[in-house]
Amino acid sequence: MESLHSQLGGLQYDDAPESAAIAKIKNEYGLFINGKFTDAKEHKSFLTINPATEETLSQVAQADSKDVDAAVQAAKRAYDKVWSKTTGPERAKYLFRIARLIQERSREFAVTETLDNGKPIRETRDIDVPLAAAHFFYYAGWADKLSYAGYGPDPQPLGVAGQIIPWNFPLLMAAWKLAPALAAGNTCVLKPAETTPLTALLLAEILQQAELPDGVVNIITGDGSTGAALVEHPDVNKIAFTGSTGVGRMIQQRIAGSGKHLTLELGGKGANIVFEDAPIDEVVEGIIDGIFFNQGHVCCAGSRLLVQESVADDVLRRLIRRVEQLRVGNPLDKNTDVGAINSAEQLARIAELTSTGEDEGATRHTSTCVLPQKGFWFPPTVFTNVSQSHRIAREEIFGPVLSMLTFRTPEEAVQKANNTNYGLACGVWSEKGSRTLWVAERLRAGVIWANTYNKFDPTSPFGGVRESGFGREGGRQGLEAYLNV
Amino acid sequence: MTPSALRLVTPDSSGIKIPARKNLPTFVTESGLRTELKKLSGVDSVGAEARVAKLSTRSLKKDTKKSAIDLAISMVDLTTLEGADTAGRVSSLCIKALQPDANDPSVPSVAAVCVYPDMVANARAVIGNSPVHVASVSTAFPSGRASLPVKLLDTKEAVDAGADEIDMVIDRGAFLSGNLFKVYEEIVAVKEACGTAHLKVILETGELVTYDNVRRASWLAMLAGADFIKTSTGKVGVNATLPVALVMLEAVRDFAEEYGELVGVKVAGGIRTTKDALKYLVVVNETVGSTWLSPDYFRFGASSLLNDLLLQRTKQRTGNYARPDRFSGD
Repeated sequence: MESLHSQLGGLQYDDAPESAAIAKIKNEYGLFINGKFTDAKEHKSFLTINPATEETLSQVAQADSKDVDAAVQAAKRAYDKVWSKTTGPERAKYLFRIARLIQERSREFAVTETLDNGKPIRETRDIDVPLAAAHFFYYAGWADKLSYAGYGPDPQPLGVAGQIIPWNFPLLMAAWKLAPALAAGNTCVLKPAETTPLTALLLAEILQQAELPDGVVNIITGDGSTGAALVEHPDVNKIAFTGSTGVGRMIQQRIAGSGKHLTLELGGKGANIVFEDAPIDEVVEGIIDGIFFNQGHVCCAGSRLLVQESVADDVLRRLIRRVEQLRVGNPLDKNTDVGAINSAEQLARIAELTSTGEDEGATRHTSTCVLPQKGFWFPPTVFTNVSQSHRIAREEIFGPVLSMLTFRTPEEAVQKANNTNYGLACGVWSEKGSRTLWVAERLRAGVIWANTYNKFDPTSPFGGVRESGFGREGGRQGLEAYLNV
Repeated sequence: MTPSALRLVTPDSSGIKIPARKNLPTFVTESGLRTELKKLSGVDSVGAEARVAKLSTRSLKKDTKKSAIDLAISMVDLTTLEGADTAGRVSSLCIKALQPDANDPSVPSVAAVCVYPDMVANARAVIGNSPVHVASVSTAFPSGRASLPVKLLDTKEAVDAGADEIDMVIDRGAFLSGNLFKVYEEIVAVKEACGTAHLKVILETGELVTYDNVRRASWLAMLAGADFIKTSTGKVGVNATLPVALVMLEAVRDFAEEYGELVGVKVAGGIRTTKDALKYLVVVNETVGSTWLSPDYFRFGASSLLNDLLLQRTKQRTGNYARPDRFSGD
């Protein structure tokens, strides 16, 4: 007996695209070694595309083991001759410069990131780029205060850090890796992901602009073989890797016994736990932010929703309505909420895992949004009637797919949240502080958010336990990964 | 690559489903009212503020912007609530309400003029039977510090003088001290005194301070029969804010879904620019949707806002900013 239906978003928004020309992407890029862009020794290259349109953006050099060696040697030389002799205040000066230059060229970074990655311009503009600058600002402050970081009176850097970063937050992960490493006095060889090299290369231009001494940061592009060569190089003292648990495990095996330091930031299957007294409208927004932020390409994504049974129907009804409202499409449009999946390969993986959800008997709710014809897209999806044995409740999908489960007691919520190989992040939603703390104490995860989700700040350490890795990035704790302590 | 056999959500799950009207419960005791209000969810202030911050980044361009500006103009309650108001000033305001831009008849009329009770007759004389409403503040506006009989008389006189909308204030002192039933009873009584006139209930959210209070007061006012809930008098330090509007719109949405009753929202005080007004429209659009994108269910209580809307409207159409003096000062 419905008498009326009020359409959400009835006021249609006209296209409001940011101009792609702002990015000024070059036709080809070399490797950034010893302060200069150089060709790969074998002159091999690969293409990077815009996942929203499948159009080629640029041709990028493929570094092989000889190029990796050149980059590591440059970093080693720079460490021995320059950076290890550069004082803390001097290092800070460079980091402050880099931070300011990122801010100055923030639009260029945002558009480049959106083109190369597929994520919405709203996120690159409001989150990725400002946070990247904030990380450099934050660690610039530590560079001359290492003696007071709690790691002894005169903590020393490790030397050359090999840093391998993923495609989900290309610039931000570069900042997370470079800023603490440089502040602590290390030199770096950074390898961005194969599908998203462009903002790292733009960052290389900024390092030149900042007149960072040659070789202190080297940026080499390539595929898995480039990363493997970096991991195995004998002159690398430290490996910092963010990516999948499978590759992380492989890295740990390869460097075993080599004396190299290692930090790993791997996958996750974050539980977002909603108690019946939680503020329901903010809960719905938090669930949406938890799983659809960055198309769910977030290692700490709240991909498992645990809702107290008494409010499960209400939460689900509001959630589905909100999912239907998400604006999926052109990532350059300022009003887009959910952008493109980063690659055909990732899309195939999401589709495969999602289909197992239906095969195993879960109920699928998929947004009726119209997807663009070209490019890689996946509609926001929620599964209900999920049990803990389903693959969609156990494996990291790394896409806009949420699995909803229910619980009755706080004990059951904790048991279900912890029933995973991972341990990166969890969210707890309740108006009752004592319960939030009770639950948080029992959750096995590196990060626990209370009444929010996916909030990042350079002052706050981030990292996992169990198969989500070890080591922390951000905060005072993030320095430890780059100091000999 | 998209899997073929999708179990799609039904179109019903998009938007707000409003059932047929149900009778509102009536309350005769404080405890009954309390039980009803207790079922409301709390509001997390950080989350609510983050939500509107995100919505504020929506970019309205081209035709969207043009139609949104016209919609905003049609939602204005053109207001003068000064001790120094004169009959002449009110008449002039009414003329402007009927045709906001004397040089451009394509500009829609505003929704209403809003004046003090003693100016209602002057306003009605100019407005006549046009679709523009005559709204009057009442109940010892803005403080509400008078006895109920005085408040009722205030209301009746305004209605008798020709007001078809009444903007009452709640007793914030009673609300904050926990005497919720007194607030409820007063609204019920004023609603009755309004007769056929529409009742807007001013919560004065700047004095209620917390979003939890705003949600509870919104629900209470709607239960008591408010046709509109309104943020502010415009006479205190903190007036309409986007997060407060969000919380009130969420309350209105949930109320419509529960009781089938559509209640409007009026934001008032401090909204001076087109940019601000469009932000509110975005929040309406994405919280309660199309039904509320109408002067029947959403209003701006404002005075200087109208001229900025006219200025931006002209800019959208001609590409140039007009001199502010092109638009009348009332």
